[in-house]
Amino acid sequence: MTAESAEHTKHILPLRLYLAVGGALIVLTAVTVAVSFLHFGGWNVVVALSIAAIKATLVAMFFMHLKYDNKLYLFIFIVAVLFLAVFIVFTMFDTMTRDQIYDVKAGPITPDATIYQSNPADTSGTVADSTSVHR
Amino acid sequence: MNNNETANSISFLSEPKGLKSWLFTLDHKRIGILYLGGIMFSFILGGVFAMLIRLELLRPGPDLVSADTYNQLFTLHGAVMIFLFIIPGVPAALGNFVLPLMLGAKDVAFPRLNLASWYIYVVGAAFALYSLHSGAVDTGWTFYTPYSVQTQTSVVSMTLAAFILGFSSIFTGLNFIVTIHKLRAPGQTWFKLPLFVWALYATAIIQVLATPVLGITLLLLILERLFGIGIFDPAMGGDPVLYQHFFWFYSHPAVYIMILPGMGIISELISVFSHKKIFGYKAIAFSSFGIALVSFLVWGHHMFVSGQSEIAAMIFSFLTFLVGIPSGIKVFNWLSTMYKGSISLETPMLYALSFLVLFTIGGLTGIFLGALSVDVHLHDTYFVVAHFHYVMMGGTVMAFLGGLHYWWPKMFGKLYSSLWSKISVALIFIGFNVTFFSQFILGTKGMPRRYYNYLDQFQPLHAFSTVGSWILGLGFLIMFVYLIHSLFRGRRSGPNPWGALTFEWTTPSPPPTYNFKETPRLTHGPYDFDKIAVEETK
Amino acid sequence: MTDAHSHQPYVAHHFTDAFQQREAAKLGVWIFLLTEILLFGGLFVAYSVFRAWNPDMFHNAHKFLDVRMGTLNTVVLITSSVTVALAIRAIQLGRKKQTIGLLVATLVLAGVFLVVKYFEYSHKFHLGQLPGKYYTFTGVEGSNPHVFFSIYFAMTGLHGIHVLAGMAVISWALINTMKGKYSSEYFTPIEMAGLYWHLVDMIWIFLFPLFYLVG
Repeated sequence: MTAESAEHTKHILPLRLYLAVGGALIVLTAVTVAVSFLHFGGWNVVVALSIAAIKATLVAMFFMHLKYDNKLYLFIFIVAVLFLAVFIVFTMFDTMTRDQIYDVKAGPITPDATIYQSNPADTSGTVADSTSVHR
Repeated sequence: MNNNETANSISFLSEPKGLKSWLFTLDHKRIGILYLGGIMFSFILGGVFAMLIRLELLRPGPDLVSADTYNQLFTLHGAVMIFLFIIPGVPAALGNFVLPLMLGAKDVAFPRLNLASWYIYVVGAAFALYSLHSGAVDTGWTFYTPYSVQTQTSVVSMTLAAFILGFSSIFTGLNFIVTIHKLRAPGQTWFKLPLFVWALYATAIIQVLATPVLGITLLLLILERLFGIGIFDPAMGGDPVLYQHFFWFYSHPAVYIMILPGMGIISELISVFSHKKIFGYKAIAFSSFGIALVSFLVWGHHMFVSGQSEIAAMIFSFLTFLVGIPSGIKVFNWLSTMYKGSISLETPMLYALSFLVLFTIGGLTGIFLGALSVDVHLHDTYFVVAHFHYVMMGGTVMAFLGGLHYWWPKMFGKLYSSLWSKISVALIFIGFNVTFFSQFILGTKGMPRRYYNYLDQFQPLHAFSTVGSWILGLGFLIMFVYLIHSLFRGRRSGPNPWGALTFEWTTPSPPPTYNFKETPRLTHGPYDFDKIAVEETK
Repeated sequence: MTDAHSHQPYVAHHFTDAFQQREAAKLGVWIFLLTEILLFGGLFVAYSVFRAWNPDMFHNAHKFLDVRMGTLNTVVLITSSVTVALAIRAIQLGRKKQTIGLLVATLVLAGVFLVVKYFEYSHKFHLGQLPGKYYTFTGVEGSNPHVFFSIYFAMTGLHGIHVLAGMAVISWALINTMKGKYSSEYFTPIEMAGLYWHLVDMIWIFLFPLFYLVG
């Protein structure tokens, strides 16, 4: 435990490494900007996000020391990303597959929909009025 | 050996003295007691709202309050009970007090953050009370759009309150995870932790993972009200069902923030009062994580009739059934622990037994509601109201009260009246069932929830339920009286009144400021009743 | 009762040694970063859902963001990440002056980022590309273009608040470094500030392509 602790506290990375990672990040930024002017259709997002993921990994692994630190931190980081993925994917299960089983299609709700007809300021503004209706 | 120490150790309650020493304390035990005060206040407040709601529903038609006031009452009952009482209830009050003691530690990992979380809780509570004053919210505690965007009541201050309270919850969870990782006693390996600690750990994971999403949801809701940003409001091109996704991504796991620590308490109580080693330690420990994991995958079952896609509803319905597996594992293990144990029916154990009965009913009716086709009929009826009260009140509140009665002698060094506490349990158990079982029947007959008025045919059952709420109220009243009485007139408690094996019972009651004279060393497991003879020191 | 490590003034009473305290602090910060990821997560969900519903509108609207300014800001933030990482390295080596210099550089770069952001925002305010019901711009084709700008302002605004918070934390670390509170033995607060700053950078790494490049 103590040998390990000494190693953790005193893990100093060489200057070269920081500069190299910083350089790689800037090169990747240039690449992603350049690629965005080409047209791959739907693949543009995939390319852009892949490059962003590589950049984020570089930051996490070297600048945030995840490569060298206690692997528990890496685990926490991965858990965060996984649960975010669950949030996105499960929500989009719904939003991308609506109206697929029945013929009835939901239309968009517009400002002239029924629920917007009565002005809320008139009805719920005065408590006494609305109760007198009930009585 | 601990008896000798009792006489000459100074308790955390008496030293240092003065209000200031309490308001600026970094001692986890004092912070736990501060939380307990706030939580009990909220519980009484929410309880009064509940009694008023039941009184109004005694007969159909307007009796006591106006329809708008009624809407505000049920919203406040829900919001206060959820955000101010039940979420911080077990972890922040009991957990704060007990966790470091169970680990043989001097304090939680970040004592200042711990105190900060209490102050944040108080500020959040202040916002909630302010919203009461400035036109209480009438949206229901869920703040569903688009109504929450239109209503003239003070949605912003109430959502801000919930937002702030979320931070308090996150800080508690963060603190607990680090404490459990880093501050365990020498020799206390993961599988020698008390099961309450495992439960708090699983709870804390949900707290830190889910609560930030509540934060962003409420922020977006506030932005929607102020700027009409068009994410949740259909009039601006938004999607109200998306709001429900956001809301339930937090609020479904939050249900397990409420129940998991309660389950942890039950694991302690059942083993200690059966004087028998817990059955299936690892199964219970891991099932807490199973519940925590599955809790993030089932939120859509709150939205079966909301206009969510049918495919998503089917997936969510299927996943919902999975919750039954870890919950069942726990219940069966508790039963197996009691089998052939020498059970002593002390008050905390009576609460644990009530939990077993009521939680099982609540859990099984949850399976009905998770089934897609059944839910279409039962959605938004009193069946749902009865179901979640069986889980939240029959489950969590019973466990909370069991834990409170279990650790009360440790917290204050005083024993409460055994007779009156048993009378109180009986009244609470009977009153609870009278109040809420009738609501299952009301729900299946088609009585919708949250309605101010109802058809005459529902009147007998509503009256039955209201009478139950009076019995329940009487039970709680008795409980508050004997607990407060015990503080002043109660018999002094020894360090280990129940004959338990975890660390907190090896130090005097109440414990000294830094908990233990010397950092304790773990020599036996938390439930080794088969190996070690413990003496009860009343 | 006096254990071997209690002579170090920075070790709190309930920790057994400096290593335990440092590991606890780091674990705490990592859990905090996890909550930050999920806080932004909600906005990423909103982005994904609305982009999937209105891909054309998103594509048309994103053309009104200035790629040059976005790229400039990306480079600025990456550079600030390098300087803060080097600041931690400097204090590990016990070079106090170098640490101070690098922390100041980080703060300056963060300031540059906010100034660029200010110019972008004021240009959009001027054109009426405002969120929600204040949206008055008419040049974007597709349904509900105000939603794009709502999400844009929500995400970059929340990120901007985090930049400000990061600057506050770094300033605090800077002041304590000047006071001589940190050494090659004890530098946990700078390390924590650095971790937070890297996360702020990392979130921008995703915001930049999603808004400026692909829309």
